[in-house]
Amino acid sequence: MSLSAGLGVILKRDLQLAFRNRGDLINPLVFFLLVASLFPLGVGPSSDVLLIMGGGVVWVSALLANLLAMDSLFRSDYEDGSLEQLMLSPTPLWMVAMTKVLAHWLVTGLPITLLAPVIAVMFGLPSQALPAVVMTLLLGTPMLSLIGAIGAGLTVGLRKGGILLSLLTLPLYIPVLILGTGAIDAAVNELPWHAHLMWQGVLVVLGVTFAPLAIGASLRVSVSG
Amino acid sequence: MSQNPGLSVSELTCERDERCLFRSLAFSLNSGEILQITGPNGSGKTTLMRVVAGLSLDFTGEVFWRGQPVADVRPEFHAALLYMGHLLGVKSTMTAEENLRWAMGLHRNDLSREEIWSALEKVKLAGFEDIPCYQLSAGQNRRVALARLFLARQPLWILDEPFTAIDKQGVAELEQLLVDHAKSGGMVMMTTHHEMSLNYDGFHQLVLGGGV
Repeated sequence: MSLSAGLGVILKRDLQLAFRNRGDLINPLVFFLLVASLFPLGVGPSSDVLLIMGGGVVWVSALLANLLAMDSLFRSDYEDGSLEQLMLSPTPLWMVAMTKVLAHWLVTGLPITLLAPVIAVMFGLPSQALPAVVMTLLLGTPMLSLIGAIGAGLTVGLRKGGILLSLLTLPLYIPVLILGTGAIDAAVNELPWHAHLMWQGVLVVLGVTFAPLAIGASLRVSVSG
Repeated sequence: MSQNPGLSVSELTCERDERCLFRSLAFSLNSGEILQITGPNGSGKTTLMRVVAGLSLDFTGEVFWRGQPVADVRPEFHAALLYMGHLLGVKSTMTAEENLRWAMGLHRNDLSREEIWSALEKVKLAGFEDIPCYQLSAGQNRRVALARLFLARQPLWILDEPFTAIDKQGVAELEQLLVDHAKSGGMVMMTTHHEMSLNYDGFHQLVLGGGV
């Protein structure tokens, strides 16, 4: 039994399930668009203000949308027993966790990243900042998913884990947020922004290395009860 | 112990809410044996199954697989284990065929469509292959999960109340399946409140509870 085949089975099913529950698929995206588009209504349409806020709003909206989607990562598998089957499969648990996070990112983080330039343009961000918006989100949203998955794993056994999940993961999201908005700010001001991006890369390498182990351990604790 | 020790546990102790479920429990399960765990509700049958399968970490003692501590040989142990708990692991939005393909796909990657269909036919689900499981009854959902047994190549089966919601004839067929599995060198550890009418030498019972 090859590992990649087992992981392929998991990935395929998670994507299939995501496309069957369209509501869950679209929710974070709608949330992302709504939050971001409410800001100009709240603070007024002055383009100076919007330009300053733009990068931050895109990132905060993306972060909250990601957090909203995180709770569902393991919940249905936990409730119907699929998680037990996954944990008892010959595939190492950290690989299973990694695959599930990848599937989840493909249906949440990636669409958000692709939609973000639209929001950025809406806030009047100059065109030289758009690559920064996309690149920071492309590196940043997987990191958000990895961190969020640790929290989701820890809270999946609780009946009302939502608030606790936010409290657990939001502080860990902050470095990702600061680097992301920092890069966009730099790009808006025509300064080099690659240093921020590289630091984000460092975080992703760290996350990909350690988060799967932490997610696996958190799932073991939750399933053990 | 036979020459090929399968599963064995020693000094297994588990407490829940300051209540001792079992203490210093030891047993072994070898090729060709069926072990039924019995006892009243709340006596720790499910807990024991989860401890042995490695899902519950809240215990002291040691579980051995082929003579080695399970913690050291976890991938081999998982590759040899088919576990079915109270929660079936059947997704309601997926069809019977998709569910079966996924559950067995975690263990095997050489499944053909014909094999899956014939397994579903054996659990009387012919014609229901591509119906989403939320449209099936409780017993039929249970049968979707039980169809795994017909495709399984794992030697060790841990089954928690597999007969729940299954009709009389289905139970008889399942009992026969378990005996066939044991006869071909498999091991079964199971709980059930159903009166087992097995006429088989390798059938043992372990009674839990009743005040330790």
